[in-house]
Amino acid sequence: MLSIKNLHASIEDKPILRGLDLEVKPGEVHAIMGPNGSGKSTLSYVLAGKDDYEVTEGSATLDGQDLFALAADERAAAGLFLAFQYPLEIPGVATMTFLKAAVNAQRRARGEGDLPTPQFMKLVREKADGLGISTDMLKRGLNVGFSGGEKKRNEILQMALLEPKLCVLDETDSGLDIDALKVVSEGVNALRAQNRAFVVITHYQRLLDHITPDVVHVMAKGRIVRTGGPELAHELEARGYADYVGEAAA
Amino acid sequence: MPAVQETVARVREIDVDQYKYGFVTDIESDRAEKGLSEDTVRFISAKKGEPEWMLEWRLDAYRRWRTMVEPNWARVDYPPIAYDELYYYSAPKSTPGPKTLDEVDPELLRTYEKLGIPLREQEILAGVEQRRVAVDAVFDSVSVATTFKKELAQAGVIFCPISEAIREHPELVKKYLGSVVPTSDNFFATLNSAVFSDGSFVYVPKGVRCPMELSTYFRINEQNTGQFERTLIIADEGSFVSYLEGCTAPMRDENQLHAAVVELVAHDDAEIKYSTVQNWYPGDAEGKGGIYNFVTKRGDCRGKNSKISWTQVETGSAITWKYPSCILRGDGSRGEFYSIAISNGRQQVDSGTKMIHLGKNTTSKIISKGISAGRSQNTYRGLVSAHRKATNARNFTNCDSLLIGDECGAHTVPYLEAKTSTAVFEHEATTSKISDDQKFYCLQRGLSEEEAVALIVNGFVKDVLQQLPMEFAVEAQKLISISLEGSVG
Repeated sequence: MLSIKNLHASIEDKPILRGLDLEVKPGEVHAIMGPNGSGKSTLSYVLAGKDDYEVTEGSATLDGQDLFALAADERAAAGLFLAFQYPLEIPGVATMTFLKAAVNAQRRARGEGDLPTPQFMKLVREKADGLGISTDMLKRGLNVGFSGGEKKRNEILQMALLEPKLCVLDETDSGLDIDALKVVSEGVNALRAQNRAFVVITHYQRLLDHITPDVVHVMAKGRIVRTGGPELAHELEARGYADYVGEAAA
Repeated sequence: MPAVQETVARVREIDVDQYKYGFVTDIESDRAEKGLSEDTVRFISAKKGEPEWMLEWRLDAYRRWRTMVEPNWARVDYPPIAYDELYYYSAPKSTPGPKTLDEVDPELLRTYEKLGIPLREQEILAGVEQRRVAVDAVFDSVSVATTFKKELAQAGVIFCPISEAIREHPELVKKYLGSVVPTSDNFFATLNSAVFSDGSFVYVPKGVRCPMELSTYFRINEQNTGQFERTLIIADEGSFVSYLEGCTAPMRDENQLHAAVVELVAHDDAEIKYSTVQNWYPGDAEGKGGIYNFVTKRGDCRGKNSKISWTQVETGSAITWKYPSCILRGDGSRGEFYSIAISNGRQQVDSGTKMIHLGKNTTSKIISKGISAGRSQNTYRGLVSAHRKATNARNFTNCDSLLIGDECGAHTVPYLEAKTSTAVFEHEATTSKISDDQKFYCLQRGLSEEEAVALIVNGFVKDVLQQLPMEFAVEAQKLISISLEGSVG
């Protein structure tokens, strides 16, 4: 589904990704772990198409489609979703309004018509209930005054509504207490499907207690330096990243 | 299709680079000689069949205007206006005084249709149990059709062209015209007093709640014709009226001068709500050909506990010079000003308000949202003052500016004058830019860049949009998106 080959990317001429390879098949959950500064978040931004990041070498395809040939909004419509580490606040724009704008923008990009409002409302209520998101929250300005947990739940709600092919979760566990972590993880698990893949970026193993990965990668200095099964996460938790920082540098 | 929906549908059809309202209706005009002299003033007055006192009033203003100098304190820049090269009166040639819409020139009706103001629809709408809007349509300078007169008359509300009011209700006009904006007020108001062609007159009698929103659509059509509307609204004791003003103008190469005067008078316990959506032609990408808009709008809260509220959405014009103000004369009176001013391309906006506290326990509120894009300049200029006797005067001002791109400018110029120690004035101001991160977040959810900017901007102006009557709010929201098109990329 996602195929990244020899990816090099830099920001302001400073190389961050240096020859990253990654293959993710439909239905799989891949965890990417690594020390701070290893380029984990950069990978998510480069895939999603944020300005300021320049791809200098390599390729990334989603279901065979060249991601780098598409604008950020086109990548979203093609089925790429990024759950932000720090979701942005947009004052004055009700969460519900934003959700509707996003859902319909993607539908239009795919040549489908707008979802009729009653149908949309019903859909949102359904998904929101499962994530413990109140109607009041949906009426408030997007992420304005939301707690860390509310913001992350709101990300998962968007993921559920947009039904992407590939979900990239950037440090979704950061700033969450254990209860919020559970709700968010359950939301993610509910979306696991045969035709959907996940790339879960995290610094800590604890998120992976709730979202069990099929494959765990260790990233350091802009590359994947080791790949293993779920047990690799436990090993990292026990031993830390010190080895990998050295290994990549060598 | 209901009128409101139709209007919205039409607004939606506007293309990115096309100012769709830039068309010219082919109707023969009956206009005064070029230039401005006592004869021009006499010509206009005679055309209107005005009584002698009105002519004298105009001539007095004209003579005064000749001694005045155009103000230059606003942060706007434009080539000198050749006042003697303009036409000061033009009326569509038509059979005099059409009694019903059927008598109105079909060409005019088609123009309105193009503008999305289906008068017929409005009449049909009247029969249906829905919110009703009465339209006193001004085509160039003469009001050609007035609907709903009957129902308003039943409530005792007078809503007619001001030229008609001068003939039929001279006692009211004499009493109130120029009582808020005197003929000597300022260069543009004085000019208007001399040559105003038409406008609306509203009188709401004691204790009457006007049964519908009153609405006037202005449109500038004749080449080189300055537009000088004059509006006078009087709300007698304990009455309420909501008035809507919306504008479009056709595309022209030469700049068109517009100098309107609006006067509002609210007596004891009366309330006037005045809403404007202005989307006149802003000029081309280089700023050529846009409308010059120099407006004097002022409300007088003459009675105790009276209230006047201005709401404006300004998206058009090359130059905007406009400060809808409130004189808070009556004890316990309240003034409000809600404004969205958007500038793009080469537009220059210098707009704001004046809240003049004279009575005791008077309150005022100012919410101003300025959005600058392209290479435009957007200035908020506001005065809040409290007279020595205005004990416990209260003002709250919130003035936010949003910048899109880095070639535009936003400026805030507040003037605060309190002559009583009991006054409490609060002023909050922010200037922000749409952040790249906010935009990226929207893009990642599938919104296009323009949709993202429109969404963020609509969020920014929400507090003001909420003040508009529903049908206006929907239209305004669309207009905001349209006027920002081409500002990203």
